[in-house]
Amino acid sequence: MNVAQILAVLIFVAMFVLIVIDKIERHIVTLVCGGATLLLVFCVAMKDFDAVMHTLNFKSIFTSEFWYAAGENAESSSGINWATIIFIAGMMIMVEGMAKAGFFRWLCMKLAKLVNYKTIPLFIAFMLMSAMLAMFIDSITVILFLAAVTVELAKLLKFDPIPMILAEIFCANLGGSATMCGDPPNIIVGTSLGYSFADFITNTGLIAGISVICVVVYFYMVYRKELAMADGSNIDFTTIPEPKEAITNIKDFTISVIIFITAIVLLVTHAMTHLTVAFIGGLIAIVTLITSGKYAISLLKKVDYKTLLFFIGLFIVVGGLEETGVLEIISKLISDVSGGNIYIMVAIILWVSAIASAFVDNIPFAATMIPVIQSLSATTGVDLDILAWTLSMGTDVGGSATPIGASANVVGTSVAAKSGHPIGWGKYCKSAVPATLIVVTISMIVIFVRYC
Amino acid sequence: MDKQVIISISREFGSQGHHIANQIAKDMNLKLYDRNILDMMATEKNIKLEYLEKYDERPKNVMLSRRVGKFSNSLEEVFAELQFDFLREKAESGESFIIVGRCGETVFKDHDGLISIFVTGDYEDKLRNVMEHFNLNEKQAMDKMSRHDKSRKRYHNYHSEFKWGDSRYYDLCINSSKLGVEETSQILERYIKLRMDKM
Repeated sequence: MNVAQILAVLIFVAMFVLIVIDKIERHIVTLVCGGATLLLVFCVAMKDFDAVMHTLNFKSIFTSEFWYAAGENAESSSGINWATIIFIAGMMIMVEGMAKAGFFRWLCMKLAKLVNYKTIPLFIAFMLMSAMLAMFIDSITVILFLAAVTVELAKLLKFDPIPMILAEIFCANLGGSATMCGDPPNIIVGTSLGYSFADFITNTGLIAGISVICVVVYFYMVYRKELAMADGSNIDFTTIPEPKEAITNIKDFTISVIIFITAIVLLVTHAMTHLTVAFIGGLIAIVTLITSGKYAISLLKKVDYKTLLFFIGLFIVVGGLEETGVLEIISKLISDVSGGNIYIMVAIILWVSAIASAFVDNIPFAATMIPVIQSLSATTGVDLDILAWTLSMGTDVGGSATPIGASANVVGTSVAAKSGHPIGWGKYCKSAVPATLIVVTISMIVIFVRYC
Repeated sequence: MDKQVIISISREFGSQGHHIANQIAKDMNLKLYDRNILDMMATEKNIKLEYLEKYDERPKNVMLSRRVGKFSNSLEEVFAELQFDFLREKAESGESFIIVGRCGETVFKDHDGLISIFVTGDYEDKLRNVMEHFNLNEKQAMDKMSRHDKSRKRYHNYHSEFKWGDSRYYDLCINSSKLGVEETSQILERYIKLRMDKM
């Protein structure tokens, strides 16, 4: 390894350690490490200023293909993936608008009413809704509202909310794996490698669909005794809030639903319309802001800029590994270990991604692995699509195994604890680890049977 | 009492800081919040007491926890924040009180009525106090002291911008070994009264 490679690896490892230690906010960590990559790796060690510009990737935003792509289009995997950042920012603004109008709370309460507030149907309905919503909306928002309503209903209907929250978290992560916009690793994989919404739904979506059925059955079997204990007697149904009470303003509510449906239609059809996810994200953000009128500023203030900055810094650090050729070394290692055998290659990527994502943030992991699988595909001749679906499933599902594996897990367990229902590692992993093993095994079998 | 006063008393394990806080509360007719807030929280917030006790003043495990914005999956952190919110509610109601530990000086750092005190003690005295109070031999008492002080330090330093026991960040640091509980309490009461006169 040369000096630039050693520096790139050291910065990457330092970034990961600092993110895990959590003493400094993670966006500051990635931005400082990104700055160190630009300065030390590119300018000092490599003396390559083109690498700086290549990694910052500003030029891409000003090309027509960035917004409208006839035919296959892929963002350069090296450097900042602006399409991902613009899309996530757009979705954040749309989701804030929907939350302000009371959409999510209304949906949860409506569904609870539809199943007559019966615990077991509610358990299954909330699991399915969690998975469906997470296909289009970030899993943090899904769990934030679903877990809060679950706690509220649990108090009124006298059941233990923990089994339901655990099942909802798992399904949110699983639902996110089904689409290109469901989980950040999928957005990065999709924009970096030029996949469409349809590509994801017909590949990872199929695996997620099979898995959701198995997982619903699994969680029902695991928690049926706890759920059955809530017999529904002595409940005053008049104390349960009506769904319509959740709607803060009917006009805002209607507009937010229309924008949400439009976003889904645009995402589903983007391979046909050739509108890129960056365009869709930008468009829904602008429409949401225009229709919000005087509340536009407050919506903008609620955008999680820290997450967007985290992504920018992260892409630069990963760009450092890519420009210096470190990721090619890793891909060669996987190629050597697997001996070019596609089954072993898939198994390594799937299980390593799943295990790593259970303990470390799956976003940096996915961003790092994309150039690795590209290089692996180029050197071994294995179809890149297979490796991409494998990576998506591994990173998306692996994060479900532990309380720290994915953001939705942290939010869900935090909401539960704040309401006096603590979920420790033991309680969490007892149901989540077997469920994760089931889904990763299903993913491996489907990939083997369908593609290999 | 015309003006609201919040007295935070931080203490080393075995330094008699808790006894001193009790004495001041009794003499000055102030409410004392210590471990008793767990009972109040359990009743008011409908949270099982055993959970609150399990995670009371415990440092979070950095390797096994993660934060996403304002959400944390660390139960130690969540329950600490619930305690801080509970104390803030008490302060907002205009009540004057003494808070033992629980990062009181950090929670109320911007409160005009805060008086922050740190109680330390000579090692031998602290050791003797722990041995007598918990009926332990010397080795057991040393281990217990070390364990509790480490835990309090880590808990405090996570939630606060300054180090536990750093004299620069408390209004008054006092060694209880020199005068004992009675007289140390008297000195502190005098200090508190003078401070209150200037508020």
